[in-house]
Amino acid sequence: MKHETIPGATSAAVRSRLSAEGTEPVKSPYLQIENVWKTFGDFAALKGISLSIQEGEFVCFLGPSGCGKTTLLRAVAGLDLQTRGTIHQGGKDISVLPPSQRDYGIVFQSYALFPNLTIEKNVAFGLENTRRSKAEIAQRVAELLDLVGLASQARKYPAQLSGGQQQRIALARAIAISPGLLLLDEPLSALDAKVRVHLRHEIKNLQRKLGVTTIMVTHDQEEALAMADRIVVMNHGVIEQVGTPTEVYREPASLFVADFIGETNQFPAKVLSGGKVALTGTELACAPHGCATGTPVTAVIRPVDVIPHRDGTRTPGTSDAVATTDNLIDVDVREMEFLGGFWRTRLASPRFGDGLLVADFSINAVRRLDIAEGSAMSVELPRDRVLVFPERAA
Amino acid sequence: MTAATLEIPRGRALRTRVSGDDLVKRGLMVVISLYLLVALAAPLYVLLSKSVSTYEFDLTAFELQRSDESATTWSEPKTVATLNEEVGSVITPDQLNTGSDGRLSLTDLYPDFSFRSPVMYRIRGTSDDAAYLVGSELHRGTEWLELDSNTFRRVVIRPSASLGLDNFVAYFSTPALAQSIANSVLMGVISTVLVISIAFGLAYALNRSCMPLKGFFRLVTTIPILVPSLLPGIALVYLFGNQGLLKGLMMGHSIYGPIGIVIGSVFFTLPHALLIISTALSVADQRHYEAAQSLRSSPWRTFWTVTVPGARYGIISAAFVVFTLVITDFGLPKVIGGQYNVLAVDIYKQVIGQQNFEMGAVVAVLLLVPAVAAFFVDSAIRKRQVALLSARSVPYQPKPDRGFDTACFVYCSAVALFILMMIGVCQFAATVKFWPYDLTPSLNNFRFDLMDGGGWGAYYNSIVMALLTAVFGTIIVFVGAYMVEKTDGFAAGRTLFQFLAMLPMAVPGMVLGLSFIFFFNDPANPFNAIYGTMAILVVSTVTHFYTVSHLTALTALNQMDREFEPVAASLKQPFHRLFFRVTVPVSLPAILDISIYLFVNAMTTVSAVVFLYSTQTQLASVAVLNMDDAGDIAPAAAMGMMIFYTNVAARLLHGIVSRLLLKRSQAWRQR
Repeated sequence: MKHETIPGATSAAVRSRLSAEGTEPVKSPYLQIENVWKTFGDFAALKGISLSIQEGEFVCFLGPSGCGKTTLLRAVAGLDLQTRGTIHQGGKDISVLPPSQRDYGIVFQSYALFPNLTIEKNVAFGLENTRRSKAEIAQRVAELLDLVGLASQARKYPAQLSGGQQQRIALARAIAISPGLLLLDEPLSALDAKVRVHLRHEIKNLQRKLGVTTIMVTHDQEEALAMADRIVVMNHGVIEQVGTPTEVYREPASLFVADFIGETNQFPAKVLSGGKVALTGTELACAPHGCATGTPVTAVIRPVDVIPHRDGTRTPGTSDAVATTDNLIDVDVREMEFLGGFWRTRLASPRFGDGLLVADFSINAVRRLDIAEGSAMSVELPRDRVLVFPERAA
Repeated sequence: MTAATLEIPRGRALRTRVSGDDLVKRGLMVVISLYLLVALAAPLYVLLSKSVSTYEFDLTAFELQRSDESATTWSEPKTVATLNEEVGSVITPDQLNTGSDGRLSLTDLYPDFSFRSPVMYRIRGTSDDAAYLVGSELHRGTEWLELDSNTFRRVVIRPSASLGLDNFVAYFSTPALAQSIANSVLMGVISTVLVISIAFGLAYALNRSCMPLKGFFRLVTTIPILVPSLLPGIALVYLFGNQGLLKGLMMGHSIYGPIGIVIGSVFFTLPHALLIISTALSVADQRHYEAAQSLRSSPWRTFWTVTVPGARYGIISAAFVVFTLVITDFGLPKVIGGQYNVLAVDIYKQVIGQQNFEMGAVVAVLLLVPAVAAFFVDSAIRKRQVALLSARSVPYQPKPDRGFDTACFVYCSAVALFILMMIGVCQFAATVKFWPYDLTPSLNNFRFDLMDGGGWGAYYNSIVMALLTAVFGTIIVFVGAYMVEKTDGFAAGRTLFQFLAMLPMAVPGMVLGLSFIFFFNDPANPFNAIYGTMAILVVSTVTHFYTVSHLTALTALNQMDREFEPVAASLKQPFHRLFFRVTVPVSLPAILDISIYLFVNAMTTVSAVVFLYSTQTQLASVAVLNMDDAGDIAPAAAMGMMIFYTNVAARLLHGIVSRLLLKRSQAWRQR
């Protein structure tokens, strides 16, 4: 699967995976997006997006700014209608319905709390006008405030709360009407780092508790990896890959995904027969790929996948998969940078040409192997972690 | 990649199914657009077409026949032109040029005409368009109409209309009228230079010094906004007129004319210039001054290289605003201008004095040119000004400097004294018996019912008009701005609306008033019924002051989160609930500002309404003009002061209400 680079095909593959893995019968998806396009004049912001989301799933749209993730969310919400294509929610065609006739709750980056209404009035906003009695509304509001842990703040105004608290109120307001779908548009981006980490945990728990199908748009890969059941990686208006967090991290479907999520070393290379690739000064064994012999490719390995060894020798028991001396390279440690949890090193070898290999080593490994700036050592690039992608289209 | 296979499917772009909410919103936008079309675009169009319409009697368009006394044998049919030649041109070529209401009797063509004679006449047109009246009955076409002598006496022919620039040619070939263009421009330039210099000094002192009484000076410099522009004219008459207190200071020059116009213009445009320049100076960045100081730049050099360039857009913008205000103002030159003709007074004289509407339209179009030009320059400058502001600027903090602060204080005191003196003189003159001969205090001058101009009724009318303008104007403006700012889709409609909303800024009040006459006084107009009523005064005033109110509302709405509407829609709440529960309460300060702005301006405006009031709807500001015209200068001053008191009271009330409302409903603003 990871070598499929045709975006349209990816979701089909995911669908087959989903149906294959569960023991329960195949459910029809809760939200089905089919061949959705969005154009602004000559510019296409979405190019034939197809995607299915199961009931209760937490899906993240992830990508750099301008990739179309927010456009897709706004199409689902009916805020910016797609130019072509259909969207079904719970079996109902909602493609051209105005927002007020769809079934979702939404939370924006700006919280969009009504500043002149108290916290409880904000949460109750969607409950009024629905033939509920005052007592019912009050009870539901109390429940919701309890759920987000802000019951004591009911009488305050939004400006009197912190950003994280405001965002929790926005969330309570969105789920007050028990929507079938929860849309989160970069909900954590306006918060400072610590609050962000705390709140993403809370949102995830809340979503699990309620079982509400959720789509979150984010440009923060860490957030997506931590929260999503599945991640939809987008770029230039197409879906690059759909997969679980481990899938998109460990088995990126394209060079873009590999590059965008996590850190990579990238080397220009050429495919040799027998599955190996040739770099400027060396040959590397690599994971299986579908590229024809002789084609120019990019070989990718993540810094965390590089295994350190004492100079010239393989440390016993450190490499689990590969028993050969494949991809064992002698290097000089050029630079070391202490990043708190680990050391980032830049390693030089004639076999990389002028390039340096970036590798992250644990503090333990550095101490055990006496790694220091200027010292010599060996590193192993496990063959199943050396990924090969066709050269990026110009 | 598979880019080649990615192709958009054929077909039409999808469109959202229209919800009930959308229909309501679009309906509202259409209603308010129609308001602006009827109250602005259509009248202006009629005005423009009026200015290029010329009316001329076409003597070849009619044929006449006459019988003998037995009424049996008839003369050969002849055109009126031929008959006129035969009798030696009793209808002179001068008489042929006329206005739309021109009428020409035909009896002069027959020197022996007698209405008692049994002679019969026949008349017909030579084309289907030729129109003539028998009494008040309209006839048209090529059928012969037979009339006895007594009826023929009542026949008049109507002129035929054609398009052309003849009116403009006629205007420019009248030296006295063309001169008023030069006069207007001269007054505009001199006043602008003076006002900008004075206002810059004031703004500089208020923003960059540590002098005391800043609040007092700010308050005093807003006074001129609260009075009609006629009032400084009256004050100048009292101070420097023929019986003036300080006539000696004039050294033989007369205040009636350019000198009076310039001094009065400085008075009434000062607050406008001060507001703009003060804003420009207040956004100065402390860091620029610290940088200049660290580079050892002299204060003089810092002033010219940091201060002035920083405020230059404000200065240019203020200059255009002042220039437009001066050349389009009519009240002041009417009172103090004497024989010195300016464009704005020309319109008044042509229309009210001579009932020459076409010529009035020509002057109005001429007046529109600089106003529109100023508007475009100003909006271009505004766009560039935005780029100067940055969120990271550090506000400038002035440091005490004894000499400089004293100089600023003296300067501001002088300006404040000038303003207070102008108001004080009117106040004094209004409350004594007969200035300058009998200075015993008296309220005789407030017995308006004894004077021309509408009496106390005019004052009450003004209050009613100002209240209606404030209430309806605020509603129309705010709802309109909301539709522009917060509606999705319907982009073409919104763009058109935005253009219409900006247009009033470029239309001087006199021009608007005149165009209203042309448009609403036409019996064929379905809105004709509002002509001569309070409604037309309110409509014209709301339209006249639309743009500034619209911009205030837009700014307030712009600061509101764009996501409120999507959130409310996702919560299945209709837009009007969001509008009344959130949008209006949050915008309350701006709404109150708009209403007081409309109220104060409705109380003081003269230019548009002077053409539109009727005997039932006389207004206080117009009464000031009419009483001054009739020579009742002290009562005119008294009425002007009544307007001033009312506006001060309204301002105070606005301040108190704002504070109370903010305290109660805007508690959320405090943290």
